[in-house]
Amino acid sequence: MSTMSGQVIASTALPSDYLSDEEIAEIEHERTLYPDTRAVGLEALKIVQKQRGWVSDESLLAVAEYLGLPVAELEGVATFFNLIYRRPVGKNVILYCNSVSCWIMGCDQVREKVSEELGIEFGETSEDGEFTLIPVPCLGDCDRAPVMMVGPDLHRNLDRQDLGELFSRYRNNQD
Amino acid sequence: MVTNPLTRNIDFSRQPLDLAAYEKSGGYLGLHAIARGLEPADVLDRVKESGLKGRGGAGFPTGLKWSFVPMGEGAPQQKYFVVNADEMEPGTFKDRLLMEGDPHLLIDGMIIASYAIQASKAYIFLRGEYTDSERILRKALAEAYERGYLGKNILDTGFDLDIIMHTSAGRYICGEETALLNALEGKRANPRAKPPFPQVSGLWGKPTIVNNVETICNLPGILAWGIDWYRSLTKGNDHGTKLFGISGKARTPGCWELPLGTPIRELLEVYGGGMRDGLQLKGFLPGGGSTDFMLPEHLDLNLDYDDIAGAGSRLATGTLILLDDKTCPVGMIGNLMTFFSHESCGYCTPCRDGLPWVDEIFREFERGNGTHKDLAILEEHVDYMGPGKTFCALAPGATAPLGSGLRYFREDFERHITEQRCPYKH
Repeated sequence: MSTMSGQVIASTALPSDYLSDEEIAEIEHERTLYPDTRAVGLEALKIVQKQRGWVSDESLLAVAEYLGLPVAELEGVATFFNLIYRRPVGKNVILYCNSVSCWIMGCDQVREKVSEELGIEFGETSEDGEFTLIPVPCLGDCDRAPVMMVGPDLHRNLDRQDLGELFSRYRNNQD
Repeated sequence: MVTNPLTRNIDFSRQPLDLAAYEKSGGYLGLHAIARGLEPADVLDRVKESGLKGRGGAGFPTGLKWSFVPMGEGAPQQKYFVVNADEMEPGTFKDRLLMEGDPHLLIDGMIIASYAIQASKAYIFLRGEYTDSERILRKALAEAYERGYLGKNILDTGFDLDIIMHTSAGRYICGEETALLNALEGKRANPRAKPPFPQVSGLWGKPTIVNNVETICNLPGILAWGIDWYRSLTKGNDHGTKLFGISGKARTPGCWELPLGTPIRELLEVYGGGMRDGLQLKGFLPGGGSTDFMLPEHLDLNLDYDDIAGAGSRLATGTLILLDDKTCPVGMIGNLMTFFSHESCGYCTPCRDGLPWVDEIFREFERGNGTHKDLAILEEHVDYMGPGKTFCALAPGATAPLGSGLRYFREDFERHITEQRCPYKH
């Protein structure tokens, strides 16, 4: 048996209840907002990611099957966009702006401190699984550069922040 | 007389105005005029007469753009209105301010625009990272539905409008309107071939208008206070006010609403507070990362589309990025090339292959390995990736700071070569 057919079997072997009721409810809501299922595909990936942190192969297959979309096409979409994570990420994703205004205001130097604080470079997840550090294009708060997001929160004027204290607030937040 | 129609309600020391307070301040007057019988064609005429130009970067006349939408009985019934709220132009921070400061102004403008083209569905294509904007806009949308300003048969006009919030999964190319439409349709956000233009065949093949947040926020004022008022706001040739920003090493960076035609020097010195102590202005990008550099000698020009174009650049988003004399211009341009290279959608060859090559050459300069041959290759790429040679405007946008930077800061490139290091690093 070829590897390829092996993968096909694996895909069809997904449990039919892979997607949670909550995920399905959200996906069905999105379906009412767009006249075409294909548009729901990208939204469904975001929904699954919100629940599970990232989009695994299994999640991708489950969404494709649920919506009746070609897997390859959905994978093409998933890998195109910056905010769909196809690898596991930490509990808190740090989107670190490295665009021009932040660069002028010293984001590279602050980023070194961030890396030192967390022991990770761009694209890596800290050993405790708390943080993943990812560069992001301009976050649109350039008069308060350098800036970054931790999870949904924007943090400004990073050169004046106590980074250790800032990150520990997220570490201690057990929600 | 209102002189700051875009920001008059914005006060970040409190919550944004709710619907009732916004309305009390003179909001939703356009909608009430529509309820009293203002026709879609009247709205279009007023916007045309106002002289409003798109504030997203291209500066295309808004009324003219709308006028390409097929109207009347023979036209497709379903039309779409889309807000480009995917603010990601490097150094641009104006649409966030509007959405988080006065969300009803955007919704007000969206109703006016959707009515003008008779679109019953509108999408807000919002930058995914703008989590505060999303929360604030969703709350305002709920209020507008509750008040009957959205939904079916709005104020007994027979006009239906649903506004749907779409948060982007993130790519700069989504700012290009046809790429944005592909993203909304759940596809990879590659730009589309034009023609057909979205006004005729856009979202799901239906007539679609895509306008920038700030553009739309101009509409309520135009309908409420009229053309003469709107045209009297300016100090220059173009009409209305605009948000102008300053980032980089000014004393007081920020974003302000000023009349078009305000001198650049006034923006920098009065609002931005001038350069920080010990720093001189070496150059600036006038409207985000994809505009040509301008020099201190241009400071007495006005913030006006034609004036800036006359200096070889573009007003674009109106958010100035300052280059000071202690910051390396080669490093700054290199940073922009890394951005453009990463954000290329990969569809056409000059952009997909050219930008990473250019980016790599800048890294070599940074490492002290730059050569004169590299400089020649950079020059060639300004042409290879220039306007007309690529599928969309992304790579030509990258050549704007690249080409002008090579021209204006030649000596800095030369020093990197002769000193075999970055002369700005100590």
